[in-house]
Amino acid sequence: MKTIILRTASDYLLPLLLLFSIFILLRGHYLPGGGFVGGLIASIAFVLHAFANGLENTKNLLRLHPGYLMPLGLLVATLAGLSPIFVENLPFMTGIWFQEPLPVIGMIGSALFFDIGVYLVVIGVSLTIIFTITESA
Amino acid sequence: MIQHIVLYPIIVQLLLAILLLFSWNSIKIQKLISAGGSIISLLVSIGLIMTVWNEGTLTIQSGGWEAPFGITFVADAFAATMVLLTAISGLAVSFFTVGTILKARLKFGFLPVLHFLFLGLNGAFLTGDIFNLYVWFEIIIISSFVLITLGGEKKQIEGAVKYFTLNIFASVIFLTAIAVLYGLTGSLNMADLALKIAAIENRGLDEVTAILFLIGFGIKAAIFPLYFWLPAAYHTPPPAVSAVFGGLLTKVGVYALIRVFTLIFVGDVFLENIILVLAGFTIVAGALGALTQNNIAKVFSYLIICHIGFMILGLGLYTEAAIAAAIFYVIHDIVVKTNLFMVGGLIYRIKGTYSMRDLGGIYAKYPLLSLLMIIPLFSLVGIPPFSGFWPKLSLITESFKIDNYWLIAALLFGTFITLFVIARLWAEVFWKKGKKLPEIQNFRYYDKLKIEKKIEIVGPILFLAFISLYIGFGAENIQQLAMRVGEELMNNQMYIQAVLGK
Repeated sequence: MKTIILRTASDYLLPLLLLFSIFILLRGHYLPGGGFVGGLIASIAFVLHAFANGLENTKNLLRLHPGYLMPLGLLVATLAGLSPIFVENLPFMTGIWFQEPLPVIGMIGSALFFDIGVYLVVIGVSLTIIFTITESA
Repeated sequence: MIQHIVLYPIIVQLLLAILLLFSWNSIKIQKLISAGGSIISLLVSIGLIMTVWNEGTLTIQSGGWEAPFGITFVADAFAATMVLLTAISGLAVSFFTVGTILKARLKFGFLPVLHFLFLGLNGAFLTGDIFNLYVWFEIIIISSFVLITLGGEKKQIEGAVKYFTLNIFASVIFLTAIAVLYGLTGSLNMADLALKIAAIENRGLDEVTAILFLIGFGIKAAIFPLYFWLPAAYHTPPPAVSAVFGGLLTKVGVYALIRVFTLIFVGDVFLENIILVLAGFTIVAGALGALTQNNIAKVFSYLIICHIGFMILGLGLYTEAAIAAAIFYVIHDIVVKTNLFMVGGLIYRIKGTYSMRDLGGIYAKYPLLSLLMIIPLFSLVGIPPFSGFWPKLSLITESFKIDNYWLIAALLFGTFITLFVIARLWAEVFWKKGKKLPEIQNFRYYDKLKIEKKIEIVGPILFLAFISLYIGFGAENIQQLAMRVGEELMNNQMYIQAVLGK
């Protein structure tokens, strides 16, 4: 599918979709959204880019093999779960929050980092699956 | 807070799995992480059981949500013992894996998945929430399915299909049972359930739910008549995998049965009788199965079933001493069964076949190794003072107390057949004059291996043999532990109080 329309569009869609995925990730604590959906949208952005420009170009764009995002995300999520033990001596997975809200984003707590972990794992898993299938096809 | 230690065995395995995933490309680093991490995990588990022994049952409400609304993790003596046993056989299997598993399998993430399996096991033992237990079971199944299919040989896939179908079926029944239970009581916390189930007036509904749990866990634990998937699947993967499966996976089913039927569904004579009958049939069916097999891995698989019956029998008798005997049996069995499959792997390495007819002459060639291998075999049979003897003794005394001679007959039959099977195995594999077998191309025979590889294979067997010997000769300490577990399980008030604080 090397049409010029798709290729041009994908150049603009990739950053837009990634931005949108982060928006979805951040609003997820109280509203529909979150790490899982955000991660799927982000991986769609890359899949679209791969359709338009070929797998090799997308891989060059990513630099790192998406498989590494899986343990990275797991690590972020686990550390987010562990943070209450070290910071305030509370049970595993307790939500702890910064005192002051950040501009634009709002209140930040350990739950956000857990969601970021999920976001990374989802991108890693879906891209690894899709890339592997595309390579072997 | 000292309670944090409850979650450490789970967190250690999770971090290990993550580290192993990061080092995907280097098998060498993976091996180091797995072996080192297993030692850390063993130390943490020892720490946990020491704390539990001194302080009593520990609980932690994850996320800080109070029970019964949040997910509680509970380390009583039973859970802590199981976690310790997981760590012990995990350590042995981790080293054995490093020595025996082919590079091709390690390259596709064998070790990370193995540690995800241990993560699931630790989680299942420590959780105090029945739905959370289901989630841990899923983690165990998914990891075990990867382990059983990795390598993609034809017979492996065939075994895996049977294994997976029946385990998923068991999970569906388990999930249905949870749904019914939730509909009845509106709670998922096991301690809370114990109180609410006792207050239900419609005992029939309660019994039906209990039977659903019995079937769900029964398939996983391979009790009669739901055991057929086990001998079809357990001999197909490489011995390191069979060792984890044979040692630990079926015992999770037994653990769940004992937990659910001593905590939630208690004091129902009808259920106890069903469990007793099933236990008797399980022993006989497993023993008869073992009698007819020629493949040593299959013999061990049927013996697993036979001995699952012993543990379930202890549960069915439902006295403090009987439960303690069942716990003792679980402790002995996890160590011995893990070791047996590794012994099977070693025999395969020496001769290149699992068939008893073709094997032979191992004693003449490796007398010392044979003497090492006889330790788990004798422990399994329970020749005094080896480890299998003590729990069987208590089980028989407890059966005498209720004057159930059928049970005693089944017990003795199971023990006798085990003795016969092991004696035949010894005669055929070790004493018989060996045939000259055609040499297999590209097969890494034991005597061609480098010395460090040999240590990696024999070391774990030696380690577990020592543990078995300790269980046999230090039976008093183990009995003390088992009695404590039995006491805690029979007085479920202690568990409920620890979780709910009332």
